[in-house]
Amino acid sequence: MILYEMIDYSTLKVIWWVLLGILLIGFAVTDGFDMGVGALLPFIAETDIERRVVINTIGPTWEGNQVWFILGGGAIFAAWPPLYAISFSGFYLAMFVVLAAMILRPVAFKYRSKRPDPSWRSSWDWALFVGSFVPALVFGVAVGNVLLGVPFSLDNDLRMTYEGSFFGLFSPFSLLCGLLSVAMLVMHGAVWLVMRTSGEIATRARRYGTFAALLGIALFALGGYLVASGYVDGFRITSDVDPNMQANPLAKTAAIEDGAWMANYAAYPLLWIVPGLGFLGLAGTLLLLQTRMEMLIFVFSKSAIVGIIATVGISMFPFILPSSVQPEASLTVWDASSTHRTLFNMLVATIIFLPIILVYTAWVYKVLWGKVDEETIERDNHTAY
Amino acid sequence: MELNVVDLSRLQFAMTALYHFLFVPLTIGLSILLATMETVYVMTGREIWKRMVKFWGTLFGINFVLGVATGLTMEFQFGMNWAYFSQYVGDVFGAPLAIEGLMAFFLEATFVGLFFFGWDKLSRRQHLAATWALALGTNFSALWILIANGWMQNPVGAIFNPDTMRMEVNSFFDVLFNPVAQAKFVHTVSAGYVTAALFMLGISAWYMLQGRHLQIAKRSMAIASAFGFASALSVVVLGDESGYEANLNQKMKLATIEAMWETEPAPAAFNVVAWPDMEKRENIFAIEVPYVMGLIATRSLDTVIPGINELVDRSKDRIRQGAIAWDALQKIRENPETVSEEVRETFSYNASSLGYAYLLLPYTDNPLEATTEQIEEAAWSTVPNVWPMFYAFRIMVACGFFFILLTTVFFYYSSSGKLDLLREKHRWLLHVAVWSIPLPWIACEMGWFVAEYGRQPWIIESMLPTSAAVSSLSVTEVLLTLAGFVILYSTLLVIEIALMIKYIRIGPDDGEPAETAPPPASAQPVSGAAPVPAE
Repeated sequence: MILYEMIDYSTLKVIWWVLLGILLIGFAVTDGFDMGVGALLPFIAETDIERRVVINTIGPTWEGNQVWFILGGGAIFAAWPPLYAISFSGFYLAMFVVLAAMILRPVAFKYRSKRPDPSWRSSWDWALFVGSFVPALVFGVAVGNVLLGVPFSLDNDLRMTYEGSFFGLFSPFSLLCGLLSVAMLVMHGAVWLVMRTSGEIATRARRYGTFAALLGIALFALGGYLVASGYVDGFRITSDVDPNMQANPLAKTAAIEDGAWMANYAAYPLLWIVPGLGFLGLAGTLLLLQTRMEMLIFVFSKSAIVGIIATVGISMFPFILPSSVQPEASLTVWDASSTHRTLFNMLVATIIFLPIILVYTAWVYKVLWGKVDEETIERDNHTAY
Repeated sequence: MELNVVDLSRLQFAMTALYHFLFVPLTIGLSILLATMETVYVMTGREIWKRMVKFWGTLFGINFVLGVATGLTMEFQFGMNWAYFSQYVGDVFGAPLAIEGLMAFFLEATFVGLFFFGWDKLSRRQHLAATWALALGTNFSALWILIANGWMQNPVGAIFNPDTMRMEVNSFFDVLFNPVAQAKFVHTVSAGYVTAALFMLGISAWYMLQGRHLQIAKRSMAIASAFGFASALSVVVLGDESGYEANLNQKMKLATIEAMWETEPAPAAFNVVAWPDMEKRENIFAIEVPYVMGLIATRSLDTVIPGINELVDRSKDRIRQGAIAWDALQKIRENPETVSEEVRETFSYNASSLGYAYLLLPYTDNPLEATTEQIEEAAWSTVPNVWPMFYAFRIMVACGFFFILLTTVFFYYSSSGKLDLLREKHRWLLHVAVWSIPLPWIACEMGWFVAEYGRQPWIIESMLPTSAAVSSLSVTEVLLTLAGFVILYSTLLVIEIALMIKYIRIGPDDGEPAETAPPPASAQPVSGAAPVPAE
């Protein structure tokens, strides 16, 4: 018997849809607070020592968190090659902006403390801000564009042509998604700072976190309303699809349809739990930020991220990248994946390595846990950022 | 010359990859050296080794972040600029990249934090474990990316599927244990070890010339010369292995490295110097050493190495065969359900040459109707420019042999306890070591140039031409990002080098009591050696 046939091709496709969701959420939950902290840095901390306190709450661990992003790229390549090809070449200039911003981040963390003069340090602070705020915004804008449908077409050789432009990416709805992403991650970062700092910085973090959570509730609700009311059209497969089919996006037909993004929720009302979790997480964070239950707030702010991202994924299933100009070329879970064999091999690799990663990451966090304040920075003056 | 998206995309990939590889070899090698020094510290308990780890660790950190930063681009660039490549081979090529993240990047990125911040929070043994995890992570990442790259040079374990228009894995085992990938992996990490060893050796030599930090400099030199000697041998031996593998599957690469136009009777001669002329398709001038080439590339006295002209002739046959496959493929794509078995069989029979038909697409829309002149032109497009291949290879090899020589000399002085002799009598040797610091980088970049430029016109050897693999982008878009990357990377590189120099000038903490000997009369005090600033 051939080993990979132990699991159905169609089942593996769904498993990989879930795994990619987990990766994306893993990135948003871990690197999310790093970005939130970076985006808050110039506003929440004024003096150099305050900024160092803020930076050092994430200094030792942000690098591991960023690997979720890199792994996300690699895993999409391995599991859904057409998605990797079309999204990154289609969003070409936006990807460049994200990469350029994210390239600044590692350098800013490491080089900021290498020279004492204020202008040097302030430049790197703004680099950290750009490296955090810009990706947070662009990721949200990208998700908004995916919901709206992306203007790409495929020829018979599956060669892609992209008909959009860089500025075309910024529509009112996609900007709303971008702002929601920023609000969500800033809230998450603020909650992180409440946990890891004390005194004046923690107090300010509560204020920023409260504001971001309020904004998050408003934008998530408005976004949901725009999708439900038909302002944003959804997509629907209009032909028979064999979930065990070989990857060929052109083998089906599909159509743009009012309210199609709500179809899964209408068919399975139990799924409303997921957007519910998003709202619960946002509201819980908002309320608990006014209390002393620091660890619990973090649980709620993580739940908000899980709920919001999963809401989008579920509403689109089985679509992963709809095409607004040639709907039948849209990529779906069924017709855009790697082969049965590759999905299986990759699943084995993930089952082996992901638990190991989670264990050592947890251990590293445990070793480095504790409040960071001006005293700890001065004590570790030479090792701290 | 008119700008086009293919050339600009190639230029951008080459630029970002070569920049990335300015930082990676030092990371790969220095991480192992750090772990080795820290092991000595934990085993002997002598504080000086800890101070060495911290000092070299500071330089490691300054370099490491730029490896991480420029590495980000590499992970996404295949999709951004090479969309058709990504769709065409993602089923094979994506997996090593993803496993690289799972197995290597998480390990190095998570433990690099503990390496820098964990000194007071971990026991000695725990910290040592973190350092080794960091070193293992960086070395594993080289393994997986070279499995991916090795597959581009020698695409084994996969077959083209006309229904999905892509290469699909049929043996993951063959992809992993691709002999090209394995040889490249050891060759590449060894090059990283040499880079780090010469970096450490050169800086230690500079301290000895200055008469500063002598205890640390001598110990570092001992470690670096031993490690460098072993790695320099390994890099040359495995480089030879790569040449042997190239003769098995990339004969054109080998022929251009050698500027060998005509097939010679075995064993072929080795051209030490040559003036290849692409127009006339011959060497205007060459100095040959008989037999050497045949021995290296075939490890036999009677195996013939084909020359460029013969290989071009062979390409013509494959282009004609590819055109038949291409024609069958069109029929399958038009009616996948109803097309006759006969057509599918015709396709399968000729499919291994499909890529050669794509070479005709710049000249004609229908490869089956290509004229003899078009086939001639397409066949000659399989020859990369000869002279850059020829000289890049020779610069790399010359560096390799020089590294063996240099590390042997220093290994001799350090293992016989005569390092002080260098400082007192043979100062010129120390100067040589200092000036040799940039050489491994030159060798590394030349090596990548030979490997990748030598693969042209293929992005996947004999399967997919680079010109067919590109994304549907405009010249303006690629120009913008190319300019953006050049400016960003160059700025960061300048800052990096300035910080490196600053921290090298500051030097390691010599501990108490000071172990520094007074400098000899000829050495000048360092003007830039400022006291350690408060961080």
